[in-house]
Amino acid sequence: MSEQLTGAEIVFKALNEHGVDHIFGYPGGAVLPLYDQISKEKNIKHILVRHEQGAGHAAEGYARSSGKPGIALVTSGPGATNMVTALTDAYMDSIPLVCISGQVPTHLIGTDAFQECDTTGITRPCTKHNWLVKDVNQLAETIHKAFHIATSGRPGPVLVDIPKDVQFQKGVYKSANQVVVETYKPKLKAELTSIEKAVELIVKSKKPIIYSGGGVINAGTKASDALTEFTRVTNFPITSTLQGLGAFPGSDPQFLGMLGMHGTYEANNAMHECDLMINVGARFDDRITGRVDAFSPNSKKIHIDIDPSSINKIVKVDVAIVGDCLNVLNDMLTTLKNKHSDFCSSNKEKISDWWKQINKWREKKSLSYKHDDKLIMPQYAVERLYELTKNKDSFITTEVGQHQMWAAQYYKFDKPNRWMTSGGLGTMGYGLPAAIGTQIANPGKLVVDIAGEASILMNIQEMSTAVQYKLPIKIFILNNQWMGMVRQWQELLHGKNYSESYTEALPDFVKLAEAYGAVGIRAKTPKELDDKINEMVDIDRPVIFDCLVKKDENCFPMIPSGKPHNEMILGPEDEEGITEEGKVLV
Amino acid sequence: MSKSAYEIDDHHDSVERYVVVAWVDNEAGVLARVSGLFSGRGYNIESLAVSEVDHERKISRITIATNGTKEVIKQIQAQVLKLVPVHKVNIYPINEETIFRELALVKFIGEGEILQKAEQLCVDNKFEFLDKTSKSFIVQALGLRTEIDEFIKKIKALGTVSISRTGALAMKKGSETVKDNKGLVL
Repeated sequence: MSEQLTGAEIVFKALNEHGVDHIFGYPGGAVLPLYDQISKEKNIKHILVRHEQGAGHAAEGYARSSGKPGIALVTSGPGATNMVTALTDAYMDSIPLVCISGQVPTHLIGTDAFQECDTTGITRPCTKHNWLVKDVNQLAETIHKAFHIATSGRPGPVLVDIPKDVQFQKGVYKSANQVVVETYKPKLKAELTSIEKAVELIVKSKKPIIYSGGGVINAGTKASDALTEFTRVTNFPITSTLQGLGAFPGSDPQFLGMLGMHGTYEANNAMHECDLMINVGARFDDRITGRVDAFSPNSKKIHIDIDPSSINKIVKVDVAIVGDCLNVLNDMLTTLKNKHSDFCSSNKEKISDWWKQINKWREKKSLSYKHDDKLIMPQYAVERLYELTKNKDSFITTEVGQHQMWAAQYYKFDKPNRWMTSGGLGTMGYGLPAAIGTQIANPGKLVVDIAGEASILMNIQEMSTAVQYKLPIKIFILNNQWMGMVRQWQELLHGKNYSESYTEALPDFVKLAEAYGAVGIRAKTPKELDDKINEMVDIDRPVIFDCLVKKDENCFPMIPSGKPHNEMILGPEDEEGITEEGKVLV
Repeated sequence: MSKSAYEIDDHHDSVERYVVVAWVDNEAGVLARVSGLFSGRGYNIESLAVSEVDHERKISRITIATNGTKEVIKQIQAQVLKLVPVHKVNIYPINEETIFRELALVKFIGEGEILQKAEQLCVDNKFEFLDKTSKSFIVQALGLRTEIDEFIKKIKALGTVSISRTGALAMKKGSETVKDNKGLVL
């Protein structure tokens, strides 16, 4: 007879088999047997967060910056419900998470027991899949399935709910290679016919653009290399979504900057005017497309995505290629080189007019802003942060709002997995715990959370975690005392009725940092900014940097709601023209 | 068809009825996954019929009558197929190539002439009586949705009725079958 292990032992044997080195979690009644086991584990370190949501976002930061799945462990009831935001966040941004939750003992399920909730019911729509394991002999198999599903195909969060009695019961361990999921077979390799169709369009195009997304990052660093090679070989201009930043070097002249609602003038106009759009691992999100019926009206569209349900969901495309970005890009490159060997030499000439047009759009300098001698402009703060840290292979996380968009616009990423931001769900409070997970996965590297003073307060308790584990993360707050993006929309769309968007009472962030046992720094003028940033970078402890910025600066350029790509607002001078129709949109 | 917040006019294809058939592993919560997907993404469920069809392989067949444009239906198919316990999803437009059946149990309560009239209506429709008393009967109505609708309308006009209906079932005509990833008939 096979060796009998307790449920808790089985869980950790499985985690060890999958090479887990860190778990982000918070103990409670329904996971005590698992915590008993954690203390005996040699190769798995537990990071004690201060709120379960923090565990979830920390696991996300870990996953995004390492390419490995993030692991979270929470108790039943409130532990699980506190995890819901992080799971939804990971689901929207396709981040591989494995969340293990405790559940009340099986005989109490359904009795409204203490700290009971229907965890699998609550998390069903915000996970890729979830399981309630009632039989200890199914436990190992379920955890292996959980890892497989979280990390393959379009990645996403999964949850395994384990009743307390199952954690105590004894059962048999099964190794990962004995487990298959019959109904789940992601398609990694695309048909050659669709590749060939795409290549035909590529060689004919005179006004092409590559529009890349988070799918490239999810496909691994080799996919980013393949994207870079493809872009260089074709000499095509490339733009990226918020999540795709870093897949192609942001400082490269072929890169047009981010596209979409707060994208650059050149990127959005190129999207609008192009004759061929090559979407690599992006999903035509509403922040990208603007008004769909006026979206890139004259282009043929190629869409590469590993998720068949992304195809034709928002925008109808001419060539759909379902497969892993790495495989597809390599297949396209091979086909290009084999069938159109003359393409690379002839192509530069063919698209030279297009590049001329793009350079004209570039001359608009849509990311320029009015400098100020006395006040720190928020854009300037991010620019300086970039200039002073760009040689350090730094990792940037963000919260959500204006500061997030300024970070995306002014911080340039030359490598994938360096940029962790909540795009799909737009979760304020994401950045600090994500920075913790990122620092855990990348010891010795500079990790900065570019934050707003409102967002940071949503998970500020995690400062305590950073201090406990001596994680030298830097919280760089662009403090304008407003929920900036809310204030901006109220200004532009609601007749300057600034309802509830000003924070009347804020903590003294320097003292707050000190109270947590971290270091607080405040910058008030542009003159002192560089020195203070350097001071922050040099401190080998967690730092809260309170950067007091101009209070009413808006984030431009902007495609207002209900407008197409070619009707952007570049600055305060053209704020007119936002329609009533646009007002109702988000 | 677009669900984007920025879609202002929605003038594309016409909305039609379709039957979506999904073969799923019969595990806890699978129906909630499918029905939750419909409600969560704003799709309509007109009727739903589900039961295990293969006890050895533990496979259930879920049949959902819904409506939408062609694009929406394709999106429904892709979204349902994405659920982990789903083997296969087929779409059946309402046409001659597919058999559709629904069943209703109708209890009629009445006496004398009215009861006789109601019974005659069932006989005319060739429906089977499952229970009869001096004051009531239960009849099994079998047919297309439209036929059962029509019958119910008529019998309701005669007196008091209590109705229980199944959702639609669908099966393609001819020898063609649907197979799972292993090539086994579903």
